[in-house]
Amino acid sequence: MLLNYSEPLEISNLTKWLDTVLRANLPEFWVLLIEFVLIGVALLTAYAVIALILIYVERKVTAFFQARLGPNRVGKYGWIQSVADMVKILLKEIIHVKEVDKFLFYAAPFFMIVASMLTFGAIAFGKGLQALDFNIGIFYVTAVSSLGVIGVLLAGWSSNNKYSMIGAMRSGAQLISYELSAGLALLTIVVLSGTMQFSQLIENQRFCWNVFNGHISSIIAFVIYLISGHAETNRGPFDLPEAESELTAGYHTEYSGLQFGFFYLAEYLNMFIIASIATAVFLGGWMPIQIKGWDGFNQIMTYIPSYVWFAGKTGFLIFLSLWVRWSFPRLRIDQLLNLEWKYLLPINLVNLTLMVILVVTGLTLSDLLPSWFSIVP
Amino acid sequence: MSSVYKYFSGLFTGIKSLLLGLSVTWKELWAKKVTSQYPENRDTLEISDRFRCELTMPHDENNEHACTACTICQMNCPNGTIKVISKTIETEDGKKKKVLDRYIFDLGTCTFCNLCVITCPSDAIKFSNDFENATFTRGKLVKQLNHEGSKLREKKKEVKVEATAAAPQAAEVKKEETKE
Repeated sequence: MLLNYSEPLEISNLTKWLDTVLRANLPEFWVLLIEFVLIGVALLTAYAVIALILIYVERKVTAFFQARLGPNRVGKYGWIQSVADMVKILLKEIIHVKEVDKFLFYAAPFFMIVASMLTFGAIAFGKGLQALDFNIGIFYVTAVSSLGVIGVLLAGWSSNNKYSMIGAMRSGAQLISYELSAGLALLTIVVLSGTMQFSQLIENQRFCWNVFNGHISSIIAFVIYLISGHAETNRGPFDLPEAESELTAGYHTEYSGLQFGFFYLAEYLNMFIIASIATAVFLGGWMPIQIKGWDGFNQIMTYIPSYVWFAGKTGFLIFLSLWVRWSFPRLRIDQLLNLEWKYLLPINLVNLTLMVILVVTGLTLSDLLPSWFSIVP
Repeated sequence: MSSVYKYFSGLFTGIKSLLLGLSVTWKELWAKKVTSQYPENRDTLEISDRFRCELTMPHDENNEHACTACTICQMNCPNGTIKVISKTIETEDGKKKKVLDRYIFDLGTCTFCNLCVITCPSDAIKFSNDFENATFTRGKLVKQLNHEGSKLREKKKEVKVEATAAAPQAAEVKKEETKE
C-alpha cells in the first residue's frame, strides 16, 4: 500500500492501490467490471448500514428530547435494536390486498427506492469517494430526486383506498411545491460558486464555506434549503401525509412487510441525502477546515480523514432535523402550501437576485477578503 | 401598506417563536431522565403506603389476627371477591361463639376499591405494597388470608372506673407540661 504520510487514513489510498493492482494484472474490461461491481455492492451496503445507524440514532435522540431513554436493553445502549428491527421487517408477511392495481401497487416502492439510490450515488462521502461526479451534479440530483413523487402517487392511487389517495395527493402536492424552493436555493449557491459539479463545489470551499461566503444571501438560502428539504422528504413538522390519526398512514397504508420497509428506508435515506447535499453545497462537504497561510494547522486538520468531516457535518444537520421534528407542531396542508407559495418562493426569488448582485459587484467574502478566503492564491 | 407590514411582522414573530420552541426542547435534551430501570432497581424502589397491591391480614408474633368474622367486608365488597367462612366453637364458659375458619380472597376479581379495608371495624385487613403478583394460572390467585392455626387476638378488658378517675389527673399533668 502506498504510504501517504500527509493523509494516512483516507480511503482513497485504498481505492487507488486496488485500482493500480487490478490494472497491472487484468485487461481493461475486467478491471472496470470488478470495480463497478465493488462500487455497487459498497453503495448498497452503505445504504442499508446508514439506514440502520440513522434509525438507532433517531430513536435515542428522540427519546432524549422526550425525557425518556430510548432502547437500552438489546445490547449495550440498545444498538442491536436496529438490527432486530431490520430482521423483523424482512420477515414480516406481505399482505396481498385483493382489489389493488397489482402492477402499480408492487412497482410503487421501487420508484421511491430507485430515486433514492440514484441520488445516493452522487453524494461525495469523502475525498475520492464519489461514485458519480457529473459536471451537472446539482442539476442531476434535483432531477432524480423528483422521481420519488411518482412512487408516492402510484402508491396512493393503486391502493384502492380513498384515504390513501388523499394522502398521496397531499404528499404529491407538498413534494412538487417544495422541490421548487429546494432547487432555487441550490441555484443560489451555483450562482455563487459558478459550477454545478460537486467535486468542484467542494474544492471551491477550501478556505471558506459557502454559507459564510455569501453571508446574508447564502444563510437565507441555507435555511430555505433545509426547510424545503424536510418538506420534500415528508419529515418533521411537514409529515401530514403520514400523520397516523388522520389518514391511517397516508399513501403507504396498504403496504406491509418489506414493501413498507422500502418506504421507511427511503424516507430515512432521503433525510440523509438532503443533509449530505446541504453539507456538500453549503458547509464544504468533506473538506476540512483550512485557513489560508496556516500550513501547520491545515496539516493537522487534514489528518482527520475526510469522511469523518463529512459524517460530522451531516450528523449535525441530521441532529438539527430531529430537533426540529420534536419541537414544532405539525402544519396543516393549507398552511404547508401557504408557507411554500407565499413565503418561501418569493423570499427565494429575492434571495437569488440578491446573490447575483453580491457576486457581480464583488461583495462576497472571498472577494472582500481575498487574502483569507479566496481560492485563487 | 398594512398588509405588507403584517406579512413581514408575521414572518419575524413566527421565526422568533420557532426559536423559542427550539430552546425549550434543547433544555429538555440535557435534563436528567427520570426513567427507572425496573428489574434492576428493586432495592431503591419507593412505593407510597397508600398504594394498594394485595390484600393481607396482618398476623403478629403469636400468630394472632384481628378478624372477628363479622362479614362486613364481604357485604361491602362490590363483586363478591371476599368469602368469610366462619365456624361456631364452644368457649370455656360454654357459650357458642362464631370465629373465623377461612378467609378466602380472590386477587383475580378484586377491584382494589378499598371498601373492605375502610369498613372493617377491627382493622383486620390491609393492603400491602407487594406488587409482584403475576402467576401463570388463575387458580393461584385465590388466597386464604388467615394463617394455619391462627386465632383472634383477645381484646384486653380495661377497668372503666380507674380510667375515668385517672383521666382528669392525666389532663392536669398535661396542662402543667404544656405551660412549662
